[in-house]
Formats: sequence, structure tokens, C-alpha cells
Amino acid sequence: MNTATIKTKINTAQPTSVEQAEKESVYSTRQLNLWYGNNHALKNIDLEIGENEVTAIIGPSGCGKSTYLKTLNRMVELVPSVKTSGEIQYRGRNIFESSYGVEELRTRVGMVFQKPNPFPKSIYDNIAYGPRIHGIKNKKILDEIVEKSLRGAAIWDEVKDRLNENAYGISGGQQQRICIARTLAIEPDVILMDEPTSALDPISTLKIEELVQELKEQYSIIIVTHNMQQAARISDKTAFFLNGEVIEYDRTDAIFSNPADKRTEDYISGRFG
Amino acid sequence: MRYIEQEKVVRRMNGRMVVNRVFQGLFMFATALALLALVILLYRIVSQGAGHLSIDFLTNFASRFPDQAGIKAALVGSIWLMAVVAPTSILLGVGSAIYLEEYAKKGRITTFIQMNISNLAGVPSVVFGLLGLTIFVRALALGNSILAAGFTMSLLILPVIIVAAQEAIRSVPGELRDASYGMGATKWQTIVRIILPAAIPGILTGSILALSRAIGETAPLIVVGIPVIIQFLPEGVMDTFTALPMQIYDWSSRPQAEFQTVAAAGIIVLMVVLLFMNSIAVFIRNKFDKSY
Repeated sequence: MNTATIKTKINTAQPTSVEQAEKESVYSTRQLNLWYGNNHALKNIDLEIGENEVTAIIGPSGCGKSTYLKTLNRMVELVPSVKTSGEIQYRGRNIFESSYGVEELRTRVGMVFQKPNPFPKSIYDNIAYGPRIHGIKNKKILDEIVEKSLRGAAIWDEVKDRLNENAYGISGGQQQRICIARTLAIEPDVILMDEPTSALDPISTLKIEELVQELKEQYSIIIVTHNMQQAARISDKTAFFLNGEVIEYDRTDAIFSNPADKRTEDYISGRFG
Repeated sequence: MRYIEQEKVVRRMNGRMVVNRVFQGLFMFATALALLALVILLYRIVSQGAGHLSIDFLTNFASRFPDQAGIKAALVGSIWLMAVVAPTSILLGVGSAIYLEEYAKKGRITTFIQMNISNLAGVPSVVFGLLGLTIFVRALALGNSILAAGFTMSLLILPVIIVAAQEAIRSVPGELRDASYGMGATKWQTIVRIILPAAIPGILTGSILALSRAIGETAPLIVVGIPVIIQFLPEGVMDTFTALPMQIYDWSSRPQAEFQTVAAAGIIVLMVVLLFMNSIAVFIRNKFDKSY
């Protein structure tokens, strides 16, 4: 008991942490550097990401925000010639450890992509895909997971009568919520969202934003967004990225009302980006 | 200051329209010429051979009397040949395509292999015949059997199948791969559950078109030493056989004029087989086609 409290105290003493005392951190990134070939895309990133919070990552195009997000579940390694240094601790374990399988990590850390990307299968099969690849074959259990996930993504009522229809037949906003439900079906701990509303109309966007608010009760959410109003509306903390560096990371209200750095202020007031 | 002067535009308009028409006409002429050649060919074959077509023609063995000559041995032989070529070439071809697209690291060696596969698709079929003669007939001592000819034909169409399957696999959107990997699926699960089902129409269409080529090829069979006149049906893959194009080639090279009609009838049978295979390809494409 005592040693545990001491450890937490040591952790909170880290200068990079923000309000560590309140919530445990899910991810701690330390001195992360990433190169695409010779292009130094992420520079000395230090970030602590809290549990059951929505963390928004904002910044102009090419600032490395999507790259950072994809590093958190190691999807970035699908790009050839990526090199990293430093470490990312997920729940106390370095995700770059050679013994840490990417498949295991990605079962804990789900991802929702920029463009809705359902599989060309039925809605049911889309949701059941994750549980099936992890070995669940029992039809009854699958049925339950599908319903629970679709309810979790607030789309059950809209699709419950057409579970066997192709997921391509529904609207883009619905497809994106199917993709969120598909992610919920692997029962993740963290959900990464890479500009999930950039391809959607305002009403669908609103629905996804409301959904994010509900989901943070159970999940830790990290969302990359181009839309500063969106970050202000839905997130608890915001990190501002510029040219591969974290310029500022703080509570969202602090960032938007009283930015510490001039560049953050310029960006959120629309002077560039 | 304006750069586009309306007067000049109007003045030049007629000339532009003429050039536009000329090219339209040129392209239509090219299409019409190709169609005309096809129609003449079909007319000549059908008018010459239709008279000889009958049930007897399909059920008789070859004969030195034109009116008794039938195509039974060749038709059955061609079906045997396809039974060897289809599984061999599709399994090897799709396997290679999956390796090249999903597993192989992009680098100099992969580029080199890729270049060679594309070049192999253009190598004359008689060269593949020589390869088959050296390896399958002689070195592996398979003789002039269905197996030896089938393997030779498989090699011949393998590059075509690999390239077609690669293109089909490549056209599966990357977002689907991302979605699958993002949920913790392994590479193999992603290939079997996502990539192959989405790529199967393209793979099968390419494969069937390649098989159609194999069923019409003569040169490799001649080099491998496939006989023409056969009075029995093969009973296994180690038996010797004859095939449709061999039989047609033999008939058309005989001096008697009557055999020309027999050859034409044989060509009609071959064309019906080809048409049947191509329509399977079209059917599969339409049935499985999914838009992304």
C-alpha cells in the first residue's frame, strides 16, 4: 500500500504531468521521437493522458497529430521506414517492448478512422468481426455483443431491423457510428479517434460529439481534430501540436481562455493553420 | 488586360470543331475495322463448319475418313488438361500474389521479381513448351502425359494470373486493412476475412481469362510431344491425351478439302467452350462485385 502511494507521488512530481493527482494516467509518453525516413515527424513528445477523459489533439495539417495518435496503437508501423525512439507506457508497460504484441495492444486500444470504413459485409458481421477474430464463436454471445455495442454507439434503434443488410447501404454518419460500435465490440480500454467527423455533415457530427461525451464515462478517449470548436466543446484536456512538437498541453478551458504560449493563442484565434 | 480574346476564340472555333470530328471518326473507323474482321472470321468458320456439326461429331474419335471424324478424344482431353491447369495455376498464382502484395518488403529484390513476372507474361508460348519438355517430360520423367502438359500450361499462364490477382488485391481499399489491423487482427486473419473476399471477383475473372488462353494454346503441346490421333480416352493424369487445338491444327493441315470443314467444326466447338468460360467470368464478376 505504502509503496504504491509513494510511487504515485513520484509520478506526480514529473514536470510534464497535468493534474496527475486526480486521475490515473492511461498513457505516459516520454521523449518520443519519430522519423518517416529522414523526416523528423515527432520531436521529444512528453504527454500524460488521463483515464476516463477526452483528450483532444489539435494543430495545423502536418503537425504530427495523426502520427502521434497512430503511434499509440502502433498503426504507424504499417508505413514502411518508420523509426521511433523514446517510450510510450500504456498502463505501466512500454508498448515498444519486443514482447508486447501489436495485436494484444490493439485489442485494448480501439481506433476510429477519419473516413467511415465499414467492411463490405452486413451490419451484424461488421460488429461481430472483432469478437470473432478474438475467438468468440457462440452465436448467442455474439448477438449480445452486437446489441450492446450498437446500443453503446447510440445506433441500435436505427439499425436493429436491418442487421443483415450491407453496411454500405446506410448514410455516412450512420456508418461512422457503426465503426464506433465495431470498436466497442472488442471491449477496449482506450478509443483513439482520428478526425472522426471530418467527412460528416453537421448533424451527424453533433451526434458523434454527444456520443463521445457518453463514452468517456467508460472509456478513455483521445481525439485528433481539425475543428477547434469541437475540441473546446467535447474535450477535458487539449494538446496543441506544431511542427512535431507539443507546444502546450493543459485543461481545455485553460488552453482556450488563457493560452500560455503565443503560438497557441495565434492558432486558436485563427491567425494561422 | 485580358489574356483570352473572345474574337480570336470565335475565329478559331470552327477549326477546333473540325479536328474534334476528325478524331471521333478515326476512332469509330478503328472499332468498325476490328468488328468487321471478327464478323468475317465468324461467318467463314460457321458457314464452313456448321454442316459438319452433329452429335456424332462430338462422340466419334478421330478418323481418316472426314465424314466419320469426331472430336471426342480432343474435347475430353482438353477438359482433363483444365482439371490439372486450373488448380495448379490458381493456387500458385494467388499465393504468389498474396506474398508479393501483403508480405514482401518493397525493395530492389521485389521490384526485380515483379519486373520478371511482367516480362514472363510476354514470353512466347513455344518457349514455355521447351521448358516443359526439359523439366516435366524429361527431367521428372512424366512423359507426354496430361500432368506434364498441364504443368507446362500452368507455367505459361501463371504470370497472367499473378498480375491479375495482384491488381485485385491492390484494389482492396487500404482503409479496410486499417480497420482490421486496428482491432487486433493478425495479417492472416485480415487476408482471409477481408482482403480475399473483396478481391475474389477480380482474381477469378483474371484466372478464367488466363485459363481460356491455356485451352486455345497449341505450340507448347506440340513441343511437349502430345500426339494428335488418339483412339481412347485418358483414365488418369499420367495417360497421354490430345487437346482441341492440336486436333484442329492436324485437320487443317491435311490435304483433303473435306477436312477443312471438319477443322471448321472443331473451331466452332473450341469457340463455344471459350465463350462458355468467358461467360462464367462475367457471371462471377457481376455476382460478387461490390462497390467500395
